[in-house]
Amino acid sequence: MNQTVQDALPDYSLAELMICAAAEAFRDDGEILATGIGLLPRLAASLAMKTCNPDMMMTDSEAFMLSEPNPVSGREPSQDKGHVGQAQETWMGFSRIFDNVWSGKRHALVGPSQIDRYGQTNISALGGTYQQPKVQMLGARGFPGNSIHHANSFFVPAHSKRVFVEDECDVVCSIGYNPARLPKGYRFDDIDIRRVITDLCVMDWNGPNHMLQLLSVHPGVTVEQVLDNTGFEVHVAGEVPLTTAPTPLQMNIIGQLDPLNFRAKQIKDNPPGDRR
Amino acid sequence: MNKVQSAQEAIRYIESGMTIGVGGWGPRRKPMALIRELLRSDVRDLTVVSYGGADVGMLCAAGKVKKLVYAFVSLDFIPLEPYFRVARQQGDIEVMEVDEGMMLLGLRAAAWRLPFIPTAIGLGTDIIKNCPDLKRVDSPYDDKEWVAMPALNLDVSLLHVDRADARGVCQIKGPDHYMDDWFARAAKHTIVSCEELVATGYFYDGEEARQVFWERSNTHSVVPIPGGAHPSSCNPFYGFDVRHFKEYADSVKAGGFAAYRDKYLGGASEEEYQQSVGGLEAIRRLPLPVY
Repeated sequence: MNQTVQDALPDYSLAELMICAAAEAFRDDGEILATGIGLLPRLAASLAMKTCNPDMMMTDSEAFMLSEPNPVSGREPSQDKGHVGQAQETWMGFSRIFDNVWSGKRHALVGPSQIDRYGQTNISALGGTYQQPKVQMLGARGFPGNSIHHANSFFVPAHSKRVFVEDECDVVCSIGYNPARLPKGYRFDDIDIRRVITDLCVMDWNGPNHMLQLLSVHPGVTVEQVLDNTGFEVHVAGEVPLTTAPTPLQMNIIGQLDPLNFRAKQIKDNPPGDRR
Repeated sequence: MNKVQSAQEAIRYIESGMTIGVGGWGPRRKPMALIRELLRSDVRDLTVVSYGGADVGMLCAAGKVKKLVYAFVSLDFIPLEPYFRVARQQGDIEVMEVDEGMMLLGLRAAAWRLPFIPTAIGLGTDIIKNCPDLKRVDSPYDDKEWVAMPALNLDVSLLHVDRADARGVCQIKGPDHYMDDWFARAAKHTIVSCEELVATGYFYDGEEARQVFWERSNTHSVVPIPGGAHPSSCNPFYGFDVRHFKEYADSVKAGGFAAYRDKYLGGASEEEYQQSVGGLEAIRRLPLPVY
């Protein structure tokens, strides 16, 4: 890439910045099944497969693994194939997904409703009791099994204390780095929680004693903003860099993966990626 | 052997207090006509095991459920199932909340006549902390603890498939048979509704027998009901009915389940139900979902 192109970096939205930052989470994964739940996580996984990790595996979100990720605007269903024109290579019905999950060869990028200081998450219910929650959400879905069997990263479109809660999650759906809950015979190294990508920053769980630590802030976001909107302590080691801006190549591929620009509707008011 | 029955005849196998499994997944290939027949019966106090969608919502709203075994209840494009939510937030039902894969293990344990299957799933989470039904065990082979996922022994399973013959050979030609084979194997009695009743010779040709996922000895009642998965999907015959699901979900704030029930479930038969939603032709025209 020459200097002229560098200077002419395109404008990018916050959604596009988050897609590129989240794609990085899959860079060193090799030949694993990547699952991005939700439109931006799915775009992030797709982008990773098209750029930094071509060995990765993905599905059509229905029943087949793909050699090439489908555009998120979808493909028309087909009578004799999964969808018209898709590059399907392996049948992958839901029961078989669990064979993959339990083998550990998977990395899921998911959007929990609550995340606590231990990296435990909740999508099941809020408040009340087991018998009668105040707010019933989805149920634990596959979070318990995912979290103990394979890598997980988190995608948070609105970084706040409502998500990054002060106390433990109301319903702990996924195992985290919590000494009080560590199962017999387990070490923290058996648990593999990777990155957290939010609308403010990128973090991971590699601080002291697996504390959440700040890796980068998005352009125009301050470290204080991150700390003020997180319900527990975040480790900050020295100077915090800015999240890397999308390259023209990444922007081009994102455009191909999302030709109808669904990504523009994912973050409130579709703000620019550089908010300086 | 002829296992063909009417929905009414088949549903008579279900008695109050039984444990029933429901096949399909969320808004996809649910045996909804059989659920509607169950709603017309006076059966109650059921324990329901399901990858839940409107099947669970309707059974909860109709007061049929004593206990629910679930990992989620969702209509996917409408993430939160309205009547499951109401039942939970009112504390109406007992629950056993498990992980999606744990449910599969529980069905397999039942199918294989094992008391439990050991798994790591649930360790470190509230799934095992909250649920008195889930115990942990030590391994004779290592120093770790394991969750003993108990067998989910089912009295009756309800499934909807593409095709079946009168002896209970069932074919699912859509892209995924979900866990339906395990629901069939985990139950003492499996009731299958089908889009098409075919002659046994149908399976002789080409690859047709490749989409048969359990032996006919696991099927006990065959109920031909074309369109019987509506409003859930039966790919490749029809997609799920987005408009109908929206109306169903909206009804929770306008008249409640009674209003939905009066409008769509008041009739004595599935024919009347199908007329109320535009008829079988309209169901068969519902577009398949785009992913």
